[in-house]
Amino acid sequence: MKQLKVFRSLVKDSFDVVTHGTVKYHIWMGFLTFMMLVGMYCYSIQLNEGLSVTGMTDRVSWGLYISNFTFLVGVAAAAVMLVMPTYVLHDVDFKQAVLIGEGLAVAALIMCLAFVIADMGGPSVLWHMIPGLGVFNFPNSMLTWDVIVLNGYLFLNITIPFYILFRHYQGKEAKSKVYVPGAILSVFWAVGIHLVTAFLYQGLQARPFWNNALLGPRFLASAFAAGPALIILVLAIIRNFTAFKIEDKTLKKIAMVVTVAAQINLIMLISELFKEFYAPTHHSESAYYLFFGLHGKDALLPWIWTAIPLNVLATVLLTFHKLRNNPKILYFSCFILFVAIWIEKGFGLIVPGFIPGPYGKIAEYTPTGVEIGVTLGIWALGAFVFTVLAKTAIGIELGELRFKNNKN
Amino acid sequence: MSRSNKKWFSLNLSRKQNDDSGTCGCGKTSGGCGSHSNDAEMSEEEFYHAAVNASIGDEREKDGFDQVFDVKMDRRTAFRKLAASLLIGAGAVNTSCSMLSSDESKEKAQIDWEEQFKGNYKLMTDDEKKNTVDRLVRSYQLRTGKTISMSSKNAEEDVLFGYAFNISKCQGYMDCVSACVKENNQDRNSQMQYIRIHEMKDGEGLKFDEADDNYYHEVPAEGHFYLGTQCFHCDNPPCVEVCPVQATWREDDGLVVVDYDWCVGCRYCMAACPYDGRRFNWSKPEVPEEEVNHNQHYLGNRMRKKGVMEKCTFCVQRSREGKNPACVEACPTGARIFGNLLDPNSTIRWVLENKKVFRLKEDLGTEPKFWYFMD
Repeated sequence: MKQLKVFRSLVKDSFDVVTHGTVKYHIWMGFLTFMMLVGMYCYSIQLNEGLSVTGMTDRVSWGLYISNFTFLVGVAAAAVMLVMPTYVLHDVDFKQAVLIGEGLAVAALIMCLAFVIADMGGPSVLWHMIPGLGVFNFPNSMLTWDVIVLNGYLFLNITIPFYILFRHYQGKEAKSKVYVPGAILSVFWAVGIHLVTAFLYQGLQARPFWNNALLGPRFLASAFAAGPALIILVLAIIRNFTAFKIEDKTLKKIAMVVTVAAQINLIMLISELFKEFYAPTHHSESAYYLFFGLHGKDALLPWIWTAIPLNVLATVLLTFHKLRNNPKILYFSCFILFVAIWIEKGFGLIVPGFIPGPYGKIAEYTPTGVEIGVTLGIWALGAFVFTVLAKTAIGIELGELRFKNNKN
Repeated sequence: MSRSNKKWFSLNLSRKQNDDSGTCGCGKTSGGCGSHSNDAEMSEEEFYHAAVNASIGDEREKDGFDQVFDVKMDRRTAFRKLAASLLIGAGAVNTSCSMLSSDESKEKAQIDWEEQFKGNYKLMTDDEKKNTVDRLVRSYQLRTGKTISMSSKNAEEDVLFGYAFNISKCQGYMDCVSACVKENNQDRNSQMQYIRIHEMKDGEGLKFDEADDNYYHEVPAEGHFYLGTQCFHCDNPPCVEVCPVQATWREDDGLVVVDYDWCVGCRYCMAACPYDGRRFNWSKPEVPEEEVNHNQHYLGNRMRKKGVMEKCTFCVQRSREGKNPACVEACPTGARIFGNLLDPNSTIRWVLENKKVFRLKEDLGTEPKFWYFMD
């Protein structure tokens, strides 16, 4: 009963905190709300008319939604790179960052689920997928594995920080006995969510561009580059706008993680390119389409030729200690790395899987305005959720938010 | 596909065999289950029936959520589950119980409610299949005033359908394509077609990437040959494996079918199909009323909804009645051969035994039941 009261008070206090702030903060939240409303309007059009309002067709049946979903699973998985050092290796330098990382994972997972639902043709019968109520094709369908791992990871990433913050809110120390087992589980789980998502594509013999053993490992490498890169940027913003203290040491250590992951990612990219282009087979056609265009169809060229140079540049910049230790260059590299991997793992991965089609037909895909609107709306939703979570967490960690044990 | 001859391991999650006839919530058909006491307090079974009465009236057949709900559970679980679905359906129930609305709209609402929460066709008993078909026929009648006939005929014993395509004979007339569209009530707006005819150059072999599958000129074009593709009804279909809700499966006579009402529209099967055999309803499919084929099958050419997958079913509404699919019947050159692979006297068996046949992408291990051959 007491816990319930504390919880009620926490929700109330947190509501107070997130509804008060500087003008800049209100502009930011107002902007996000506006974008979400735009997204909802676009989604209502899609619900009404069907998925025909998107750029997807029978030839390219997954597009922007699934691209973003795939990328965001990686962002969510990246929280493990902060969780593991903090809870498992007891590296105190990460302690401040880890709650932010987990908040980011929650926001990313909510966006993932939103993207999947936005992509569904029949959201009204989604209960068919609920284990126990519907028919859950486990373990045959990788999609059911994905449902399990994503929701499980979401649960872990909500409960662990919630427990810690809930204790701190009451001015008590969080018992490591309680949360460390969950944290260790979440380390394996993070690898799991991204491998399973890769297997979703990797397991399709129909799509040679995906059906390749490197896809899973490369997913992990790119995720551990893009995710922590985003965390660095977010921490830099938080450090700038709040009293929350994040040491340079922490950023440097995360930057090291980003660097190593980006390097491994680049090695894998070279290995993939070598395989596709040194001895091209019939199965290399998707790669040809992606990098050089096929039969005059080249819609993805601008994208991929933006992504590759950005990726290489960022990796080179990060590799040199001197450059990496300069915050301005670090933030810049992280930003371009994030964009590069978003393109590579989103558009650059999902769309060419369908082009050329099973019989060599090349039908190109361009997202429509409605699709982009829904996508922006979901990104705004993620940013909104993250801002709310982060603001509460920071309030508690700074000691501004405390449970007052009086009767009023 | 029946559970007994599955080639792979599956967990038996929520795929309860419905072999019962009892209506008791405990699953027993006779004897006491301990919940038939005459206490003043509602027993779990009474509660269950009261709740079912409140929601779906006289509909007592084990169907829909009953496939899952009609199992032994304690009152708390039952209450939780029922509360959840009652909440969702409150609106629908309200409409169907309203004193103000007419009987017809009440019936419509009742049907909609039952259809929304019915189970997976694959797991239904024959009675349940008949019930849903009756509901769909009645619903169509209420909406359009026209009567359709819809079958829920199951696969027959000792039948395995197969198809052969004579590349030498096909001239690319595409009569099969139009017959298919007409027979199967495909969406006219998006010009959905199950069959694609690929026009290839003579002397270059099967070069699909250079073939034209969307030609608008006089056929047969000089120096070209024609090859048709559609769903190959694989014996080891990748599309079936990947479906998260088992909305698509291989029937015992080898047909790979879709339950349009169970499909959630994730399009994973489309990504998994190596043969471009699946089509998606990107918007609400429309067929002019006078062109609708009224001879339908639940798994075949009945009207689809927006946002679900569909595909060639070898015209299940025809083939299970012993007729040829519409494409075979329409082909003016006799390039298409269809029949029962298990019947040693069938034409398809003759073709397989006497012609040099091949299949597409055999290296993928999908085992299509669709062969090509030449004279």
